[in-house]
Amino acid sequence: MQALLQQVVSGIAIGGIFASLALALVLIYNAMGLVNFAQGEMAMLATFVAYALINRGMSYWIVFPVTLVLAFGGGIVIQRVVIRPVERAPILTLVIITLGLATLLNGLAGFMFGYVPRSFPSAFSAQTIDLLGVFISYRDLGVMGVSGLVLLAVYLLLQRTTVGLTLRAAAHHPEASRLLGVQVSWMLALGWGLASAVGAVSGIMVAPILFLEPNMMQSIIIYAFAAAVLGGIESPLGAVVGGLIVGVTVNLAGAYIPFVGGDLQLAVGLAIIIVVLIIRPNGLFGRAATRRV
Amino acid sequence: MGRNAARLAAVAAFLVTLGACGGSPAPAPQTDIGITSNSILLGTTNALSGPAAAYGTIAHAEDAYFTYVNNQGGVNGRKITFKIQDDAYNPANTVPLTKGLVEQDQVFAMFSGLGTQDQTSVRDYLNSKKVPQLFVATGATTFGKDFSTNQWTMGWQPPYQGEARIYAKDVVQNHPNAKIGVLYQNDDYGQDYLKGLTDGLGSNASMIVDKESYDVTAASPASQLAILKSKGVDTLFLFSTPKPTIQSLAIITGLHWTPNAIYLNSVSNPQVYMLAAKTAGAALANVTSVAYLKDPTDPQWANDSGMQQYKTIIANCTTCKPNDGFNLYGVAVAYTMVDVLKQAGSNMTRKNVMDIAANRLNETNPFALPGVKVKTTSSDHFPIMQEQVITWSGTGWTLQGSLIDERGTLK
Amino acid sequence: MLQRIRGAPPRYWLVGVVVLFLVGFPTVISSFLASEWAQALILAIAIMGLNILVGYSGQLSLGHGAFMALGAYTSAILAHHFKMDIVATIPIAGLLTGLVGFVFGIPALRLSALYLALATFALAVVTPSLIKRPAGLTGGVQGIILTQPDPPGFAQSAYGFLTGIAMTSDQWIYYICLFCALILFWFAWNLVRHRPGRAMRAIRDGEVAAAASGVNIAGYKTLAFGISAFYAGIAGALFALAAGFVSPDTFPVSLSIQLLVGAVVGGLASIPGPLLGAIFAYFLPIESNQWVPSQSWIPDQIASTVKNAGPAVTYGAVLILIMIFAPNGIVGLLYRGYVALNRRLRGAADRETGQMPPNPQTV
Repeated sequence: MQALLQQVVSGIAIGGIFASLALALVLIYNAMGLVNFAQGEMAMLATFVAYALINRGMSYWIVFPVTLVLAFGGGIVIQRVVIRPVERAPILTLVIITLGLATLLNGLAGFMFGYVPRSFPSAFSAQTIDLLGVFISYRDLGVMGVSGLVLLAVYLLLQRTTVGLTLRAAAHHPEASRLLGVQVSWMLALGWGLASAVGAVSGIMVAPILFLEPNMMQSIIIYAFAAAVLGGIESPLGAVVGGLIVGVTVNLAGAYIPFVGGDLQLAVGLAIIIVVLIIRPNGLFGRAATRRV
Repeated sequence: MGRNAARLAAVAAFLVTLGACGGSPAPAPQTDIGITSNSILLGTTNALSGPAAAYGTIAHAEDAYFTYVNNQGGVNGRKITFKIQDDAYNPANTVPLTKGLVEQDQVFAMFSGLGTQDQTSVRDYLNSKKVPQLFVATGATTFGKDFSTNQWTMGWQPPYQGEARIYAKDVVQNHPNAKIGVLYQNDDYGQDYLKGLTDGLGSNASMIVDKESYDVTAASPASQLAILKSKGVDTLFLFSTPKPTIQSLAIITGLHWTPNAIYLNSVSNPQVYMLAAKTAGAALANVTSVAYLKDPTDPQWANDSGMQQYKTIIANCTTCKPNDGFNLYGVAVAYTMVDVLKQAGSNMTRKNVMDIAANRLNETNPFALPGVKVKTTSSDHFPIMQEQVITWSGTGWTLQGSLIDERGTLK
Repeated sequence: MLQRIRGAPPRYWLVGVVVLFLVGFPTVISSFLASEWAQALILAIAIMGLNILVGYSGQLSLGHGAFMALGAYTSAILAHHFKMDIVATIPIAGLLTGLVGFVFGIPALRLSALYLALATFALAVVTPSLIKRPAGLTGGVQGIILTQPDPPGFAQSAYGFLTGIAMTSDQWIYYICLFCALILFWFAWNLVRHRPGRAMRAIRDGEVAAAASGVNIAGYKTLAFGISAFYAGIAGALFALAAGFVSPDTFPVSLSIQLLVGAVVGGLASIPGPLLGAIFAYFLPIESNQWVPSQSWIPDQIASTVKNAGPAVTYGAVLILIMIFAPNGIVGLLYRGYVALNRRLRGAADRETGQMPPNPQTV
């Protein structure tokens, strides 16, 4: 029983990691109806920036907000330079561009920082709490707590502010928004900036657990996709719930289904994506989408 | 006019391209390809990019050693040219790159190619061409064990199975009642180690109470470690690559778990990884491993002549970090390569070089631990089969006991 | 007959010259270069498959490397475990992969372009772990080593008669690849000019409109998936043949990305595009490593950057630049150049009546 609980708890812990990256994916989707394949790599690069700053002797608590601002700016720059010229192109073009971006950023990070895994400081202690023989570290709790805060912030932003409303309007009804005087293109840039900042939070939170190297996010991006799809790709709450469910499912399947074992866990992520897409494409919290003609 | 012009242009383009390609006909074979009166051409494939790019520095360190040797006059007056190709750890790239090095660049031998799958993918080809595939940078046991069918292929570092046998000896001696648990990567690397451990334990193999695998793509081995703990494991073996090893060390502490011994493999034990684990909160209690090379971060070698020589050599490589154990590995294996070439003397044929490497090697490598012999005989083609147990002291590795010799146990 | 040949539009001449060139030039280059060109042709076949799916039917697959893996392993397993002649396994591998692709196309129907991209990407990432599992069949992580076939007698003597030197097995493999490529390109060309091609393009340009004009959307979309996978399966089998080895690491995600790069660079929805794209995608990483540093006019700093950064950076940058500045790829650029040239040569007046290559279309 205790072993089962430990599996659930460590599943929740890793699920928090998936959720934090899934939130950034959801934000981009809300801003422009796109899944950003480069989200993980952007987060990784932002984390390397934070790492470089910390190595120069800056304090963690200064580096954290500075990195968020830099990531926000970086996201806007990427949108202006790479996405804007093809803003109205078909989704195919956009997906290919984000994939190109992912490849490019991964290669650049490898070239600039090398591939040796590095330890990254954490705001939370690595100590663990003993809950009746089941252990969870402050670090894992921290990831979840911060994911919760980001979720709250994203929710408030999208649902309770004019900016959020405009952002969503620009994504869903670009023509109408344009007529109403909304700078649609800058709204998209804002969306990219925000998603990039949320991604940076994710990167900084998970780097102490996954260890920082250029391929750090590749191991979790598939699970983050699964989380976003399961939760309903528009829903921030769905991303977090989806992340936790994916984390626990993958862990339990690995531990208790002999066929899966430790080595087919990734395939469980794929299976979740495919099953959800076929049976319930809008996920748990998504609304039914109308097909655009 | 237009249509004819297009046709003419097309035909002309065809002829020009044909002519341009005709410039490089296949050259006639010669006995000592890649050797001239003043040069030796060696080639390698390594992962300079891609998922395993952390190993890429090995090739640069090897090049640094060749530069060092060349600056001192080369090998019997011949300077070594070392051509490094990036296969990104993908066998689909290794095959054409190796063919290119052999057929186009005309290398004398392939040296220290990286990766089990990558080197397996070109083993048949190199053997059929009778091109030495020397000192591959993988410990897969097959490269020494299957010498009889692949007489142009050799490993260098201790085979994974041999190393695992050394752990087996140590565990039986020091923890006779151990309940062993194994975390292994589900590939040739992890499986080879696991086999060596099982074989080495022999009649004690029932000491292994559980083994859990993880895939190289996994985000974290937390789930597997929780299972191992719940099975009552008190002696843990981590047959994993560096990153999951560091993660595991931190997770074990997080689980409030203090096994009597945690055995790491020699690939994952460089000090920089231990320190990363420590930063991540790992207690690093009872951590044990084995070593066959000197640790560049160990202060006990500060005045050692071999280590000082290493520091001089590695300065030839601007991108190499001197404290990275992979660089010392590269320099050490390049030392053996040069040693073989020196012994070949004036008889610089592929056959002779291969014969020396596979059957007549007997070298004291200045970068290996004192007492380690790099040795081959006509019946043993595993050059390094001695390792020494090391334990983590909190700041560095401490050598324990004496060298454990497993020479001759792998046939 | 002669009249017909002389009256053929220039593009037929161009095709003839390219085919003659591909047939002829292995006789004057080294066996190694022939093996490199065989790899490029294999990529061209896989990219043509992807092009049919992405360029013509408008469905995005980021997981075509997985279909290549299936083809390669089918071929390797038949040759290794069932001792079949490896050349004979190529069509079987293609058909089996095509069938799997067809079946895969059915659930894919329900997915939007974005979700399909996601699901296929996940498939590409998981492929190496899936291959490892049935170790008895696939050889697990060790993979399967294959013996490369010697050229058969008739090829030996024909080649010897023409060139006076013995044919190597690399050269023989090149000709097998060329043979497959020619047939498959010819087939694709016919496909897109006829009813299925028109239907697929109609679906791509607007499903509702296509359905309104009576096109069987589900049928043609799954058909496109099946045909596309068939191409990838053949390419995979040839891949196994040319490398003489298959293992899980041979089919990483980067292979799927390489295919996408080739399709995009060559020009989507065009027939010559995949060939040009494949040549680009295959030789770019090799040349960026060797050619760039050897050029004295390129500043050292840039040269060493290119060398050290590896192909990933170049691939990524090329993908983005092409999508932004030349969404029709090389073929689109060539076509624009051709039109401009024509205008110069003939004057704008008879531009309308002149024969032109088919207009490549963006997706």
